[in-house]
Amino acid sequence: MKFILNGQTTEVAAHPMARLLDVLREECGLTGTKEGCGEGECGACTVLIDGEPVCSCLVPLAQVAGKAVVSIEGLHDHPLQQLFMSEVGAQCGICTPGMIMTALSLGPAASLDEVKTALAGNLCRCTGYPAIYRAVLKWRGRATPA
Amino acid sequence: MTAVGRSVARKDGIGKATGEARYADDLVFPGMLFGRTIRSTIPRGRIRSLELKFDPAGFTVADYRDVPHQNVVALIADDQPFLVEREIRHLAEPILLLAHADREKLLAAEVAIEYESAEPLFDPERSTVVFKAIEIHKGDPAAALAAAELVVDGSYRTGHQEHVYIEPNGVIAVPEQGGVTIYGSIQCPFYVVKALKSLLGPDRHLRVIQTETGGGFGGKEEYPSILAGHATLLALKSGRPVKLVYDRVEDMLATTKRHPSIVRHRTGLTRDGRLVAMEVDVLLDGGAYVTLSPVVLSRGCIHAAGPYRCEHLHISGRAVMTNTPPNGAFRGFGAPQTEFAIEVHMDRIAEALGMDPVAVRRLNALRPGDTTATGQTLREDSSALQVLETAVERSDFLAKRELFRGSNRGIGLSLFYHGAGFTGSGERTLKSRAKLILTPGGVRIAVGSTEIGQGTRTMHAQIVADALGIPYENVEVAQPDTAIVSDSGPTVASRTCLVVGKILEECALELKERLGGLGPAEYYARHGELTIERGYQLPDWIQWDEENYRGDAYATYGWGCDVVELELDPDTFEVKLHQLTAVQEFGRPIHPALARGQIEGGTVQGLGYALLERVVMREGAMANAQLTNYTIPTTLDTPDIDVVMLENPYPGGPFGAKGLGELPMDGPAPAVVNALRHLGLDIREIPATPELIDQVATAAARPRDDSKAGSRPREDSPA
Amino acid sequence: MRTAISTLDLASPTSLEHALQLLHEEPRTPLAGATDLYVSLNFGTLPSRRFLDLWPLDELRGISVRGDTLVLGALVTYTALIRSPLVGERLPMLVEAARQIGGLQIQNRGTLGGNIANASPAGDALPVLAVADAMLVLRSLAGERRVPFNEFYTGYRKSVLRPDELITAIEIPPVEGAQYFRKVGTRAAQAISKLVMAGVKHPRAPRIAFGSVAPTVLRVRKTERALADGAPLEEAVAILAGELAPIDDLRSSAAYRRQVAGRLLRRFWNS
Repeated sequence: MKFILNGQTTEVAAHPMARLLDVLREECGLTGTKEGCGEGECGACTVLIDGEPVCSCLVPLAQVAGKAVVSIEGLHDHPLQQLFMSEVGAQCGICTPGMIMTALSLGPAASLDEVKTALAGNLCRCTGYPAIYRAVLKWRGRATPA
Repeated sequence: MTAVGRSVARKDGIGKATGEARYADDLVFPGMLFGRTIRSTIPRGRIRSLELKFDPAGFTVADYRDVPHQNVVALIADDQPFLVEREIRHLAEPILLLAHADREKLLAAEVAIEYESAEPLFDPERSTVVFKAIEIHKGDPAAALAAAELVVDGSYRTGHQEHVYIEPNGVIAVPEQGGVTIYGSIQCPFYVVKALKSLLGPDRHLRVIQTETGGGFGGKEEYPSILAGHATLLALKSGRPVKLVYDRVEDMLATTKRHPSIVRHRTGLTRDGRLVAMEVDVLLDGGAYVTLSPVVLSRGCIHAAGPYRCEHLHISGRAVMTNTPPNGAFRGFGAPQTEFAIEVHMDRIAEALGMDPVAVRRLNALRPGDTTATGQTLREDSSALQVLETAVERSDFLAKRELFRGSNRGIGLSLFYHGAGFTGSGERTLKSRAKLILTPGGVRIAVGSTEIGQGTRTMHAQIVADALGIPYENVEVAQPDTAIVSDSGPTVASRTCLVVGKILEECALELKERLGGLGPAEYYARHGELTIERGYQLPDWIQWDEENYRGDAYATYGWGCDVVELELDPDTFEVKLHQLTAVQEFGRPIHPALARGQIEGGTVQGLGYALLERVVMREGAMANAQLTNYTIPTTLDTPDIDVVMLENPYPGGPFGAKGLGELPMDGPAPAVVNALRHLGLDIREIPATPELIDQVATAAARPRDDSKAGSRPREDSPA
Repeated sequence: MRTAISTLDLASPTSLEHALQLLHEEPRTPLAGATDLYVSLNFGTLPSRRFLDLWPLDELRGISVRGDTLVLGALVTYTALIRSPLVGERLPMLVEAARQIGGLQIQNRGTLGGNIANASPAGDALPVLAVADAMLVLRSLAGERRVPFNEFYTGYRKSVLRPDELITAIEIPPVEGAQYFRKVGTRAAQAISKLVMAGVKHPRAPRIAFGSVAPTVLRVRKTERALADGAPLEEAVAILAGELAPIDDLRSSAAYRRQVAGRLLRRFWNS
């Protein structure tokens, strides 16, 4: 099975119904994508498929054939990563990669209401969310690497 | 530039945001097996027979007979086994352990267990097994009640609450040197050492290393000892590393929850609103084993009279057994339950008096010089009135109280406090230690206090940097590894800043003296290694009588006032939270951004506790053990939060700081319920789900038919 | 507990015809966005071990208007519904339903066909299809047939769909009258319905449907008739109570569902 993972064509030999989450973590060694619930409820396992956020715990590997998957490891010095730390949008950090992936799909110009609506599928138990909003809203105006 | 008081760059680095931070499930060891726990499917009874329905090739199987020393999870009482021998006391109790290199084979393995069921007990009010009873006496409450001009009584209930740390419990046991090294998601590494010592017997190699931990909130205080014990048994039997990571369902089903409570108040007052007598009865459902219930009950009882002065009181508490999974530590540790009760009761008292909720609190709030329920005389670092007045003014409480009248909007408040550190002389018994190690470029902190999101590493480094007078950047923090760090006590009880931070401050001051005017690098270059280790000195003035629950319960308290504004949907009774004002005084924020994060995060956990989070117990187990059906707040359930941090330094704390972790958890639930009360809804129970509000509203609308009324029968009558 | 993946089998057809051929050969459970797959496997509520992957079949993703009928491919996701001007213009209540399903992650994967086939009485889009008088297009190797959505379900998680058939499209005739959608969930977002209602406020022929109050999504025809005949609202509310069969479950209570359904009916009719 071939797909594009963080810009690189990747081939894995795994069961077609293996969860994308497990394939990323165990076959590809990319453990930045986290499992919080396995029910598509917490969003900790969020990755982008063709630019759209999905819960990788709900995606059978077969369904990403030929698609472009971006996990947290596909980001390099992205301003959101710095901002999540400096604004304390990350506390324990377990929801952070998924939160960043969803925020990423919003783009830097989102309003507070848009941020809240977009992140409703990502649970955080530490921050109560305001610090996450502060992090995402500060993205506006920061340079985003290509 | 000094570090304390500034939101300096955190010591976490960027790893949490890049995915590089390693949590337990991210670790892989050569030859590692996966572990699985086979659990009871009945709440009470005995095992009649057990049959493995799989080909055992490649499996490691362990049961209680594989325990080398004591089949006891050492904590307070030695009543809980690591693995069931015969008697089952709760559903999801661990019976058998399996390990295999292939997770698929492990998941497919079936075990058939036959049981002899016994009648379970689920109702704490009917339980006769008392884990712990506490009595607090002050003055002569019976006489004062008899003489009171007004008596208000009532009963208040809180439900279970599940921690929902987003990273479920997980550990890896690696056999080493005839013993074991544990890597895991752990709040208290030295608790695990203690538990494993009892499991394996003395003189075994035991080392516990905390991996990056995806939230704890108390849920990883005592429970990881059980996972570590299980993984250890499998690792020792197989001779290979064993990873034991729970999935969400297992984590919710099997691990601890916040204790449900029933708190009864009977309060005597003068007509002008002064509290003259309080009788409080606290009942906690401990679940099937003692675990930490006695200590949770203790903290709950000490805070049960709220931040109010009253010369005559009697607080009586019991934690009892039921055939449900044991309840345990959860942020606030008994205080959110009892402070919910007193704060809702205070609004009912205000109603009975015809006073506003602010006036009755202003009149009775504890001031410096007043004595608490245990007879502790409060010092200048007490801020009940200040937080109350600030929150009332900031939220425009009284004007909105009038403005919202007759609408679907309500506003309510709560006044609360939380003792920092272990209770009474607990910190004297604990003998926590902390260590500073000189490095070529500065100094390294070596303590067992864990970073679980709250900012331990950063806050400790700030304290050390300023006490030592070196740049914050030159302070490193060692990963909690019991082979290296000092046992600084558990990371619980709002003590990591107040107590461990204080020892570190003193270590730094001693080190500074030893450096004799040299910089750390200079000293290191000339003289080489230097380590300073010190223990905690509880201030001498703290006197505590554990037998009678008299004296100085805590060295200092944090103080808070929450104001909640909400709107009730008249059709569905869904509550929309609009605004929350959280005014909290906790000495002094070491790192304002992290402190604010503690307040916002704790507040939202409290809001979930108030409105959303309902553990549905069926046949003694959580029937909704999924994040789909146990709902914690999402972004859209969360109001705007206005955080105000007041300062009133505690002289015994590092740079005046107290403790903060738990305080924010105590206030939101009663403030929400009091805002609903503002709308005329007599709610005395949480979670206040739309279903409950519907019942209460419907009962209130029904003319004088009390038989089916409300959440609970009305049992109180202003005298 | 997690299911062992190695016990599962997935067939990956290359076209709709191929999919129908595979279904003709042996029964397989069709998979669309898989948002419920692992959850129901792990909870033991899905006995199937053999699956058919429809996700790659782009021919089922269309949104178009044929004549005056809106035609939605079975694999149209909630995100596609939210973004479609055609749907927004003709069926705003479906867009509203789609917005309130899960978070972005689920909206990106969940499909309308999947919501129908999954046959949960709590399916959020289903009351909308009920009041829209949607028509389902079902296909097998033997050919195509059309079944009115309101005749599709025969009981709790049961329908007239044959094991060799697939839902390929949903056809929605023009809807006259103001559209209403209200979901009462377990929280403000990312919630399962305790109760969900869709309505079309046509003065002579109002249409009203509820989810999560009966074994299947429910068109409350007696209530509709009463309102159409000009009965007092309170009478209609009483009739509605007789039409619903809610239960107590993990998420809510029968009593609450009954009460709130009545209040939503009032709100809808008075709006």
